[in-house]
Amino acid sequence: MNPETIVYACSAIGAGAAMIAGIGPAIGIGNAAGKAVNACTRFPERTGDCLRTMFIGSAVSESTGIYSLVVALLLMFANPFIGQL
Amino acid sequence: MQMQMISTAALDVHGPKVVFTIPGIDWKITETVVVGWILIAVFWILCIFLTRNLKKKPETKRQIIAEMLVKSVNNMVRQNMGERYMKYAPYIAMLISYAAVGSLVSLLGLRSITADVNTTITWGVLTFILMIYEKIRKNGFLGYLKGYTQPVAVITPINIISEVATPVSMAFRLFGNIAGGMVITGILYYALASLSSILHLSFAIGPFAINVFQVGIPAVLSVYFDLFTGCIQAYIFATLTMVNVAQD
Repeated sequence: MNPETIVYACSAIGAGAAMIAGIGPAIGIGNAAGKAVNACTRFPERTGDCLRTMFIGSAVSESTGIYSLVVALLLMFANPFIGQL
Repeated sequence: MQMQMISTAALDVHGPKVVFTIPGIDWKITETVVVGWILIAVFWILCIFLTRNLKKKPETKRQIIAEMLVKSVNNMVRQNMGERYMKYAPYIAMLISYAAVGSLVSLLGLRSITADVNTTITWGVLTFILMIYEKIRKNGFLGYLKGYTQPVAVITPINIISEVATPVSMAFRLFGNIAGGMVITGILYYALASLSSILHLSFAIGPFAINVFQVGIPAVLSVYFDLFTGCIQAYIFATLTMVNVAQD
Protein backbone atom coordinates (compact mmCIF):
# COMPACT_ATOMS: atom_id res chain seq x y z
CA MET A 1 0.00 0.00 0.00
CA ASN A 2 1.08 3.56 -0.62
CA PRO A 3 2.78 4.89 2.56
CA GLU A 4 0.95 8.20 2.20
CA THR A 5 -2.36 6.39 2.32
CA ILE A 6 -1.40 4.70 5.57
CA VAL A 7 -0.32 8.02 7.10
CA TYR A 8 -3.55 9.74 6.05
CA ALA A 9 -5.72 6.89 7.30
CA CYS A 10 -3.96 6.71 10.65
CA SER A 11 -4.12 10.50 10.99
CA ALA A 12 -7.86 10.44 10.43
CA ILE A 13 -8.27 7.74 13.07
CA GLY A 14 -6.00 9.73 15.40
CA ALA A 15 -7.99 12.91 14.86
CA GLY A 16 -11.19 11.08 15.73
CA ALA A 17 -9.60 9.52 18.78
CA ALA A 18 -8.27 12.90 19.92
CA MET A 19 -11.79 14.31 19.99
CA ILE A 20 -12.84 11.67 22.54
CA ALA A 21 -11.18 14.06 25.00
CA GLY A 22 -14.24 16.26 24.55
CA ILE A 23 -16.11 14.05 27.02
CA GLY A 24 -14.16 15.40 29.99
CA PRO A 25 -14.77 19.14 29.53
CA ALA A 26 -18.39 18.46 28.60
CA ILE A 27 -19.05 16.72 31.90
CA GLY A 28 -17.06 19.31 33.82
CA ILE A 29 -18.69 22.36 32.27
CA GLY A 30 -22.12 20.79 32.57
CA ASN A 31 -21.50 20.26 36.26
CA ALA A 32 -20.31 23.84 36.66
CA ALA A 33 -23.34 25.23 34.85
CA GLY A 34 -25.69 23.12 36.95
CA LYS A 35 -24.10 24.32 40.15
CA ALA A 36 -24.24 27.91 38.89
CA VAL A 37 -27.98 27.60 38.25
CA ASN A 38 -28.34 26.23 41.73
CA ALA A 39 -26.45 29.17 43.21
CA CYS A 40 -28.37 31.68 41.09
CA THR A 41 -31.72 30.42 42.28
CA ARG A 42 -30.56 30.41 45.88
CA PHE A 43 -29.03 33.89 45.80
CA PRO A 44 -30.75 35.74 42.94
CA GLU A 45 -29.16 39.05 43.95
CA ARG A 46 -25.64 37.67 43.31
CA THR A 47 -26.41 36.31 39.83
CA GLY A 48 -23.76 38.47 38.12
CA ASP A 49 -20.98 37.22 40.36
CA CYS A 50 -22.07 33.61 39.94
CA LEU A 51 -22.14 33.84 36.17
CA ARG A 52 -18.77 35.55 35.97
CA THR A 53 -17.12 32.92 38.14
CA MET A 54 -18.81 30.19 36.14
CA PHE A 55 -17.57 31.62 32.85
CA ILE A 56 -13.99 31.79 34.10
CA GLY A 57 -14.20 28.27 35.50
CA SER A 58 -15.71 26.80 32.38
CA ALA A 59 -13.15 28.61 30.23
CA VAL A 60 -10.32 27.13 32.24
CA SER A 61 -11.74 23.61 32.21
CA GLU A 62 -12.56 23.94 28.54
CA SER A 63 -8.90 24.23 27.60
CA THR A 64 -8.24 20.48 27.67
CA GLY A 65 -10.97 20.00 25.10
CA ILE A 66 -9.52 22.81 23.02
CA TYR A 67 -6.09 21.18 23.09
CA SER A 68 -7.59 18.00 21.68
CA LEU A 69 -9.42 20.05 19.05
CA VAL A 70 -6.15 21.75 18.04
CA VAL A 71 -4.43 18.35 17.80
CA ALA A 72 -7.27 17.00 15.66
CA LEU A 73 -7.17 20.04 13.37
CA LEU A 74 -3.40 19.67 13.00
CA LEU A 75 -3.74 15.99 12.09
CA MET A 76 -6.44 16.66 9.53
CA PHE A 77 -5.38 19.88 7.82
CA ALA A 78 -1.70 20.49 8.61
CA ASN A 79 -0.38 16.95 8.87
CA PRO A 80 3.19 17.00 10.22
CA PHE A 81 3.93 13.35 9.32
CA ILE A 82 3.48 13.59 5.56
CA GLY A 83 6.61 15.72 5.27
CA GLN A 84 8.70 13.07 7.01
CA LEU A 85 8.04 10.34 4.46
CA MET B 1 -17.77 5.03 -7.54
CA GLN B 2 -20.61 6.40 -5.50
CA MET B 3 -18.19 8.59 -3.55
CA GLN B 4 -16.68 10.06 -6.67
CA MET B 5 -20.06 10.94 -8.04
CA ILE B 6 -21.14 13.06 -5.07
CA SER B 7 -17.84 14.78 -4.36
CA THR B 8 -17.98 18.32 -5.71
CA ALA B 9 -15.06 20.55 -4.82
CA ALA B 10 -12.45 19.37 -2.33
CA LEU B 11 -12.91 20.63 1.21
CA ASP B 12 -10.49 23.50 1.50
CA VAL B 13 -9.15 24.48 4.91
CA HIS B 14 -6.09 26.66 4.85
CA GLY B 15 -4.20 29.23 6.86
CA PRO B 16 -4.46 32.94 6.12
CA LYS B 17 -3.60 33.71 2.51
CA VAL B 18 -0.54 35.77 1.71
CA VAL B 19 -1.85 39.01 0.23
CA PHE B 20 1.47 40.46 -0.87
CA THR B 21 5.16 40.15 -0.09
CA ILE B 22 7.32 43.11 0.81
CA PRO B 23 10.11 42.96 -1.78
CA GLY B 24 13.72 42.95 -0.61
CA ILE B 25 13.22 41.71 2.95
CA ASP B 26 10.73 39.04 1.86
CA TRP B 27 8.13 39.61 4.56
CA LYS B 28 4.87 37.90 3.83
CA ILE B 29 1.88 40.10 4.66
CA THR B 30 -1.07 37.80 5.30
CA GLU B 31 -4.81 38.35 5.32
CA THR B 32 -4.70 38.55 9.12
CA VAL B 33 -2.36 41.52 9.09
CA VAL B 34 -4.37 43.36 6.44
CA VAL B 35 -7.65 42.83 8.30
CA GLY B 36 -5.84 43.93 11.46
CA TRP B 37 -4.83 47.17 9.76
CA ILE B 38 -8.42 47.74 8.64
CA LEU B 39 -9.62 47.19 12.22
CA ILE B 40 -7.00 49.59 13.58
CA ALA B 41 -8.19 52.23 11.12
CA VAL B 42 -11.84 51.59 12.02
CA PHE B 43 -11.19 51.85 15.75
CA TRP B 44 -9.06 54.95 15.27
CA ILE B 45 -11.77 56.71 13.29
CA LEU B 46 -14.41 55.54 15.78
CA CYS B 47 -12.40 56.87 18.73
CA ILE B 48 -11.91 60.25 17.06
CA PHE B 49 -15.58 60.39 16.07
CA LEU B 50 -16.87 59.47 19.54
CA THR B 51 -14.62 61.81 21.50
CA ARG B 52 -14.95 64.94 19.36
CA ASN B 53 -15.83 68.08 21.36
CA LEU B 54 -16.94 66.49 24.61
CA LYS B 55 -19.03 68.52 27.03
CA LYS B 56 -19.03 68.29 30.80
CA LYS B 57 -22.74 67.56 30.64
CA PRO B 58 -23.38 65.10 27.82
CA GLU B 59 -25.60 66.59 25.15
CA THR B 60 -25.12 64.34 22.15
CA LYS B 61 -25.88 60.65 21.75
CA ARG B 62 -22.28 60.18 20.67
CA GLN B 63 -20.92 61.23 24.03
CA ILE B 64 -23.42 59.11 25.95
CA ILE B 65 -22.41 56.03 23.97
CA ALA B 66 -18.71 56.77 24.51
CA GLU B 67 -19.24 57.26 28.24
CA MET B 68 -21.24 54.04 28.45
CA LEU B 69 -18.47 52.03 26.77
CA VAL B 70 -15.71 53.49 28.91
CA LYS B 71 -17.76 53.09 32.07
CA SER B 72 -18.57 49.43 31.42
CA VAL B 73 -14.90 48.56 30.87
CA ASN B 74 -13.91 50.56 33.95
CA ASN B 75 -16.50 48.72 36.03
CA MET B 76 -15.25 45.37 34.77
CA VAL B 77 -11.64 46.19 35.61
CA ARG B 78 -12.62 47.57 39.01
CA GLN B 79 -14.57 44.42 39.91
CA ASN B 80 -12.00 41.94 38.68
CA MET B 81 -8.71 43.67 39.46
CA GLY B 82 -9.43 46.29 42.09
CA GLU B 83 -8.87 50.03 42.26
CA ARG B 84 -5.05 49.72 42.21
CA TYR B 85 -4.96 48.32 38.69
CA MET B 86 -7.12 50.92 36.96
CA LYS B 87 -4.19 51.80 34.70
CA TYR B 88 -4.80 48.53 32.87
CA ALA B 89 -8.32 49.56 31.78
CA PRO B 90 -7.23 50.84 28.31
CA TYR B 91 -5.32 47.62 27.63
CA ILE B 92 -8.32 45.51 28.63
CA ALA B 93 -10.59 47.68 26.49
CA MET B 94 -8.24 47.13 23.55
CA LEU B 95 -8.19 43.36 24.11
CA ILE B 96 -11.92 42.93 24.43
CA SER B 97 -12.90 45.18 21.53
CA TYR B 98 -10.20 43.89 19.22
CA ALA B 99 -10.88 40.24 20.04
CA ALA B 100 -14.66 40.59 19.72
CA VAL B 101 -14.64 42.62 16.51
CA GLY B 102 -11.75 40.56 15.14
CA SER B 103 -13.85 37.42 15.53
CA LEU B 104 -17.10 38.98 14.32
CA VAL B 105 -15.41 40.28 11.18
CA SER B 106 -16.02 36.83 9.69
CA LEU B 107 -19.67 37.83 9.33
CA LEU B 108 -18.56 40.30 6.66
CA GLY B 109 -16.80 37.57 4.71
CA LEU B 110 -13.32 38.54 5.85
CA ARG B 111 -11.12 36.11 7.73
CA SER B 112 -11.25 36.52 11.51
CA ILE B 113 -7.92 37.72 12.82
CA THR B 114 -8.28 35.45 15.87
CA ALA B 115 -8.40 32.36 13.64
CA ASP B 116 -4.65 32.85 13.18
CA VAL B 117 -2.47 31.50 15.96
CA ASN B 118 0.05 34.35 15.55
CA THR B 119 -2.49 36.92 16.75
CA THR B 120 -3.53 35.01 19.84
CA ILE B 121 0.02 34.01 20.75
CA THR B 122 0.99 37.69 20.58
CA TRP B 123 -1.77 38.65 23.00
CA GLY B 124 -0.81 35.73 25.25
CA VAL B 125 2.81 36.88 25.33
CA LEU B 126 1.71 40.45 26.12
CA THR B 127 -0.32 39.14 29.05
CA PHE B 128 2.63 36.99 30.15
CA ILE B 129 4.94 40.02 30.20
CA LEU B 130 2.40 42.00 32.22
CA MET B 131 2.04 39.09 34.67
CA ILE B 132 5.79 38.88 35.26
CA TYR B 133 6.07 42.68 35.50
CA GLU B 134 3.36 42.82 38.16
CA LYS B 135 4.95 39.97 40.15
CA ILE B 136 8.41 41.55 40.05
CA ARG B 137 6.96 44.93 40.99
CA LYS B 138 5.20 43.42 44.00
CA ASN B 139 7.87 41.04 45.34
CA GLY B 140 11.14 42.30 43.87
CA PHE B 141 13.24 40.26 41.50
CA LEU B 142 14.57 37.84 44.14
CA GLY B 143 11.14 37.42 45.62
CA TYR B 144 9.82 36.64 42.15
CA LEU B 145 12.45 33.93 41.66
CA LYS B 146 11.76 32.62 45.14
CA GLY B 147 8.09 32.29 44.24
CA TYR B 148 8.98 29.43 41.94
CA THR B 149 10.29 27.33 44.84
CA GLN B 150 7.04 27.63 46.81
CA PRO B 151 5.82 25.60 48.68
CA VAL B 152 8.82 23.22 48.40
CA ALA B 153 11.89 23.49 46.20
CA VAL B 154 11.31 20.12 44.52
CA ILE B 155 8.35 21.31 42.45
CA THR B 156 10.22 24.19 40.76
CA PRO B 157 10.03 22.61 37.26
CA ILE B 158 6.30 22.12 37.66
CA ASN B 159 5.91 25.75 38.70
CA ILE B 160 7.86 26.91 35.65
CA ILE B 161 5.75 24.72 33.35
CA SER B 162 2.50 26.01 34.84
CA GLU B 163 3.75 29.59 34.49
CA VAL B 164 4.49 29.12 30.79
CA ALA B 165 1.29 27.13 30.25
CA THR B 166 -0.92 30.09 31.17
CA PRO B 167 -0.32 32.26 28.06
CA VAL B 168 -0.16 29.18 25.83
CA SER B 169 -3.50 27.89 27.05
CA MET B 170 -5.09 31.34 26.75
CA ALA B 171 -3.82 31.70 23.19
CA PHE B 172 -4.91 28.23 22.13
CA ARG B 173 -8.32 28.62 23.75
CA LEU B 174 -9.16 31.68 21.68
CA PHE B 175 -7.56 30.26 18.52
CA GLY B 176 -9.12 26.82 18.94
CA ASN B 177 -12.61 28.14 19.47
CA ILE B 178 -12.64 30.51 16.51
CA ALA B 179 -10.71 28.26 14.12
CA GLY B 180 -12.75 25.24 15.18
CA GLY B 181 -15.96 27.15 14.47
CA MET B 182 -14.57 28.15 11.08
CA VAL B 183 -13.65 24.56 10.19
CA ILE B 184 -16.98 23.16 11.38
CA THR B 185 -18.87 25.74 9.32
CA GLY B 186 -16.72 24.83 6.30
CA ILE B 187 -17.39 21.11 6.79
CA LEU B 188 -21.12 21.79 7.13
CA TYR B 189 -21.15 23.76 3.87
CA TYR B 190 -19.33 20.90 2.17
CA ALA B 191 -21.71 18.28 3.58
CA LEU B 192 -24.78 20.30 2.57
CA ALA B 193 -23.43 20.69 -0.95
CA SER B 194 -22.96 16.91 -1.21
CA LEU B 195 -26.43 16.29 0.22
CA SER B 196 -28.02 18.67 -2.27
CA SER B 197 -26.23 17.08 -5.20
CA ILE B 198 -27.32 13.58 -4.12
CA LEU B 199 -30.94 14.68 -4.06
CA HIS B 200 -30.52 16.55 -7.37
CA LEU B 201 -31.26 19.87 -5.68
CA SER B 202 -28.19 21.76 -6.82
CA PHE B 203 -28.43 23.98 -9.84
CA ALA B 204 -25.79 25.85 -11.76
CA ILE B 205 -26.70 29.34 -12.88
CA GLY B 206 -23.81 30.62 -14.90
CA PRO B 207 -20.66 30.39 -12.77
CA PHE B 208 -22.63 30.17 -9.50
CA ALA B 209 -23.67 26.83 -8.06
CA ILE B 210 -26.83 27.01 -5.97
CA ASN B 211 -27.30 24.20 -3.47
CA VAL B 212 -30.76 24.30 -1.95
CA PHE B 213 -29.70 23.01 1.49
CA GLN B 214 -26.99 25.66 1.79
CA VAL B 215 -29.64 28.35 2.06
CA GLY B 216 -30.51 29.23 5.63
CA ILE B 217 -29.35 26.13 7.48
CA PRO B 218 -25.73 27.30 8.11
CA ALA B 219 -27.06 30.57 9.55
CA VAL B 220 -28.33 28.71 12.62
CA LEU B 221 -24.88 27.31 13.33
CA SER B 222 -23.31 30.65 12.51
CA VAL B 223 -25.25 32.29 15.34
CA TYR B 224 -23.50 29.98 17.78
CA PHE B 225 -20.05 29.68 16.21
CA ASP B 226 -19.59 33.25 15.07
CA LEU B 227 -21.70 35.48 17.31
CA PHE B 228 -21.85 33.61 20.62
CA THR B 229 -18.38 32.05 20.61
CA GLY B 230 -16.70 35.20 19.34
CA CYS B 231 -18.20 37.43 22.02
CA ILE B 232 -17.85 34.92 24.88
CA GLN B 233 -14.24 34.08 24.05
CA ALA B 234 -13.27 37.76 23.83
CA TYR B 235 -14.87 38.32 27.23
CA ILE B 236 -13.13 35.26 28.67
CA PHE B 237 -9.75 36.26 27.25
CA ALA B 238 -10.06 39.70 28.84
CA THR B 239 -11.29 38.25 32.15
CA LEU B 240 -8.46 35.72 32.33
CA THR B 241 -5.95 38.46 31.53
CA MET B 242 -7.32 40.53 34.39
CA VAL B 243 -7.38 37.61 36.83
CA ASN B 244 -3.85 36.51 35.92
CA VAL B 245 -2.30 39.97 36.01
CA ALA B 246 -3.93 40.94 39.29
CA GLN B 247 -3.24 37.72 41.16
CA ASP B 248 -1.23 38.09 44.32
